[in-house]
Amino acid sequence: MLKIENLHATVAGKPILNGLTLTVPTGEVHAIMGPNGAGKSTLAYVLGGRPGYEVTAGSVEFEGRDLLALEPHERAAAGLFLGFQYPVEIPGVSSLQFVREALNSQRRARGEKELSGAEFIRLAKAEAAALGMDPEMLKRPVNLGFSGGEKKRSEMVQMGIMTPKLAILDETDSGLDIDALKAVGAGINRIMRAPDKAVLLITHYQRLLDYVKPDRVHVLSGGRITRSGGPELAHELEREGYVEVAA
Amino acid sequence: MTALPTRKLEAFRYADIDALASVWSELARPERIEIAAQQNVQQIWLPGADPVQVRRVEIALEAGARANIFALNTATIYGRIEIDVTLADGAHFGLDAANIGGGSATLEIVTTVRHIGVAATSNQTVRSVLGGKAVGSYLGKVAVARDAQQTDSVQSVKAMLLDRGATANCKPELEIYADDVKCAHGATVGELDPQQLFYAAARGLDPASARALLLEGFVAGLWSEIEGDDQGIAEAARAALKAVA
Repeated sequence: MLKIENLHATVAGKPILNGLTLTVPTGEVHAIMGPNGAGKSTLAYVLGGRPGYEVTAGSVEFEGRDLLALEPHERAAAGLFLGFQYPVEIPGVSSLQFVREALNSQRRARGEKELSGAEFIRLAKAEAAALGMDPEMLKRPVNLGFSGGEKKRSEMVQMGIMTPKLAILDETDSGLDIDALKAVGAGINRIMRAPDKAVLLITHYQRLLDYVKPDRVHVLSGGRITRSGGPELAHELEREGYVEVAA
Repeated sequence: MTALPTRKLEAFRYADIDALASVWSELARPERIEIAAQQNVQQIWLPGADPVQVRRVEIALEAGARANIFALNTATIYGRIEIDVTLADGAHFGLDAANIGGGSATLEIVTTVRHIGVAATSNQTVRSVLGGKAVGSYLGKVAVARDAQQTDSVQSVKAMLLDRGATANCKPELEIYADDVKCAHGATVGELDPQQLFYAAARGLDPASARALLLEGFVAGLWSEIEGDDQGIAEAARAALKAVA
């Protein structure tokens, strides 16, 4: 699904990723853990194509295609979903309008039929209900005045509506209380745990991994993967800290 | 007809005088709207097809009268909306207006709101979206007479510049002779937020659609207080935004 080789990237001229290599096979959930400043969010943004995040060497293949050659909106249409650590507020634009236009833009790009207003609202309401979010919130401007937990639930509702092939979730667990963490974890499993999908979970903490069991865990430190292992690696990290394990 | 104004006049300092000259001889005296006590008037001003469009209106509101104007200014060469309002006791004037243009358009909204009675209110919201080398201006004077106590006036002016060559002029102006008044005013000039643009792109919106959607959000709310049929102003604004996005 996703094959990253020797990826180097800079932000404002400063090297952040320094030869990162990682493969996420179809059907698997991989977790990337690491200390602050290791390059976790940079990796997410580079994969999403954020302007200002410059790839200086290496390659990224997504289902055999050169991901880095695609514009951000083309990556979304190709089936990549980037869950934001800090979902952005957009005043004056309702979530319903935003997600509907985004979804239909993806569908047009894929040569699929656009969803009608009624079809979309049915889908959006069902996804909101599945994530434990009041569907009335979808009428409010995108993320505006949402609590941290509401923003993350809203990201998962969007993911459920988009049904991507690959989700890259950047600290989707940060700022969540236990109930929201459970709901978000269940959402990830329901939407993305499938033989034809894959997930890259980026997180500081092991606690989300209690709800979304990873197939592999990688430690990101100094802009590269320094260790990889099974789910038990997350527990080891939680117990002993990054300094011990990543060194 | 009086002589063609020059840019030395404050109310014309950003005007396209050449364009104004082309219509000046046909410009009648300002249209006058008189609203009797306790009457309520709503008008929706849609742009016409002419490249130069100048509208001059005087509005006199008697005690307790209300006027709400919704205006879209999108002329391709020169669009000027000039309003001179006089408010008696307890009257209300509302203006929700947008300048939307690109190319080398000059768009301006010039208002004088005269509070002469007590406890009158005025609320002006103006949004400008400017691309290319367009110039968009709001010159808004609120004049509060000595006896116009308990005046409550608001001016909210925001402009969005889409290209380096575009210009916005925002000038709320207050002239207050009474002492018990509230006159709020705010003016900002900005550009589209790169974080919002990336978020929209990451969800699949192509750059032009993302810009159009964010701009729609920027002018959202201007038309929400319209009572009844909006006569297509929201759709016309959306089309104008798509054209500049």
